[in-house]
Amino acid sequence: MGILDLTALELGQKIQKKEISVREAAEAALERAQAAEPVINSYVTLDPEGALSQADEIQRKIDAGELTGPLAGVPVAVKDNMCIRGQLTTCSSKILSNFKPVYTAQAVINMKNAGAVILGKTNMDEFAMGSTTETSYYGPTKNPHNTAHVPGGSSGGSCAAVAAQECFGALGSDTGGSIRQPSSFCGVVGMKPTYGTVSRYGLVAYGSSLDQIGPITKDVSDCAAFLEVLASHDPKDSTSIRREDCRFMEALADDVKGMKIGIPRDYMGEGLDGEVKKAVMDAAKVLEEKGAVVEEFDLGLVKYAIPAYYTIASAEASSNLERFDGVKYGYRTAEYEDLHNMYKKTRSEGFGAEVKRRIMLGSFVLSSGYYDAYYLKALRVKALIKKAFDSAFEKYDMILGPAAPTTAPELGSSLSDPLKMYLGDIYTISVNLAGLPGMSVPVGKDSKGLPIGMQLIGNVFQEKKLLRAAYTYECATEKQFERPAHLSGEDGQGTDGAGQSETAKEAHQA
Amino acid sequence: MANRISDETIEYVGILAKLELSDSEKEAAKADMEKMLDYIDTLNELDTTGIEPMSHVFDVSNVFREDIVTNGDDREEMLANAPQHTEDSFKVPRTIG
Repeated sequence: MGILDLTALELGQKIQKKEISVREAAEAALERAQAAEPVINSYVTLDPEGALSQADEIQRKIDAGELTGPLAGVPVAVKDNMCIRGQLTTCSSKILSNFKPVYTAQAVINMKNAGAVILGKTNMDEFAMGSTTETSYYGPTKNPHNTAHVPGGSSGGSCAAVAAQECFGALGSDTGGSIRQPSSFCGVVGMKPTYGTVSRYGLVAYGSSLDQIGPITKDVSDCAAFLEVLASHDPKDSTSIRREDCRFMEALADDVKGMKIGIPRDYMGEGLDGEVKKAVMDAAKVLEEKGAVVEEFDLGLVKYAIPAYYTIASAEASSNLERFDGVKYGYRTAEYEDLHNMYKKTRSEGFGAEVKRRIMLGSFVLSSGYYDAYYLKALRVKALIKKAFDSAFEKYDMILGPAAPTTAPELGSSLSDPLKMYLGDIYTISVNLAGLPGMSVPVGKDSKGLPIGMQLIGNVFQEKKLLRAAYTYECATEKQFERPAHLSGEDGQGTDGAGQSETAKEAHQA
Repeated sequence: MANRISDETIEYVGILAKLELSDSEKEAAKADMEKMLDYIDTLNELDTTGIEPMSHVFDVSNVFREDIVTNGDDREEMLANAPQHTEDSFKVPRTIG
């Protein structure tokens, strides 16, 4: 088994035991990335030089006994909407094409303090607006399981990078499903924690009341380990929550006896692909056989989540994105007459179509005369949706369903009809409105070989229950991270990037 | 109920959004917005009388902290990000005649 086939925790253990050096791990991931990138395009910025110097520094700290955590030395990727001091942070937009932050996001600082090596910044839908990673100014990311298909979005680059073994785990952000849906499409584990669990300091804001950073990993144990590192109370984010118990790895027990799981009938009906439905129901059966009590129920209000979400998220986006005006950072138009003309031209040239669409809608629903009818109405519906979840969690420990209605669509098939694309968010979006934790776990593939994800939704602060159920499922099915059958940039023989370099070196020596 | 967005409205929203749209972009934006608003209008099927708008899912009030400077002097790096700057300030087109 090559280095790249290890999970983050397995790698961390071998690094502590000195079986693998941090540099070897970073080099293996970088070489895989360099080979895969021309086709997959997971990264906006890959930083080999920086990664190797971090690797040497972390190795020194490990050798000195200063870094003993399970993720010390593990190479990871970061979605390009999280600031890292001195490193390009583009949000996959033209308007931030040359922006180098002067500070680092708290979530990234937490990963660095745990000894993670940051390999680079991953591709995304522009400003996290999209479900396919096709709205990126830097070209679409391809699904490593089938490069004719999208990886999902908006954290498509992070999910594809984990799936293609271009890193050992990644950070994503989730405003309406942007971690869970691409995790489902790419066959990896992704979690959106309870709102306020991970600091948003240094995360470029899209919909501030909905945005949450979370882990994207090869398996459930890695997910728990990453979350344990990411979660922290941060005075720099006024919505950050001080949680009593962040020992998420303790939740990794193979036991769901007596756990009550509800499957919303409204998630399993019209619009759901047959193969996705079967895979998710089979997974529910696995948990039932392990002792969980599984039953169907009516959640209600499901169809109202999308219109409420797009009203609220667009409103917040129109306000958050006002800061991009060509003055303090980013792109500025070449020719202009006066200040206002400069603002308008800069923004019109700097933003892509989907971002402009949402800014326009958001500006409209917040404008006087429409604010009550649209924005406040959506906030009232949000309260009703939260109530529906509250009553579900009086009966159930968690809710189980699909992460998305279908597997990954083909490239180029989604953007022409935005409303249809938005409907793909139907199972993930209400979780953000209610601030709940949700995770996607791979449960199989469809007949085209595209991964299917099961979504587990918990009440606020119940990440541990989700992790326990997901871990139990993994144990019962002996499921392990499945690398794509045919990975571009290699021969598909299971050799990893490091192996190729060995061969090249040997050839040179010969 | 089909929403109709007038030329004046799209012009006004463009000003609020600080976006300059070409004529064809305006037409597309009108069609997009009409379609989205029709969809958002489905929310009116729900009776929300007496329901308080929920902006935050947790019952939290404003969070205060002391305003203590913790960062160093990043002026040069910050100015380096600006499209145009002088030695110590951001440069914008003349705003007062």
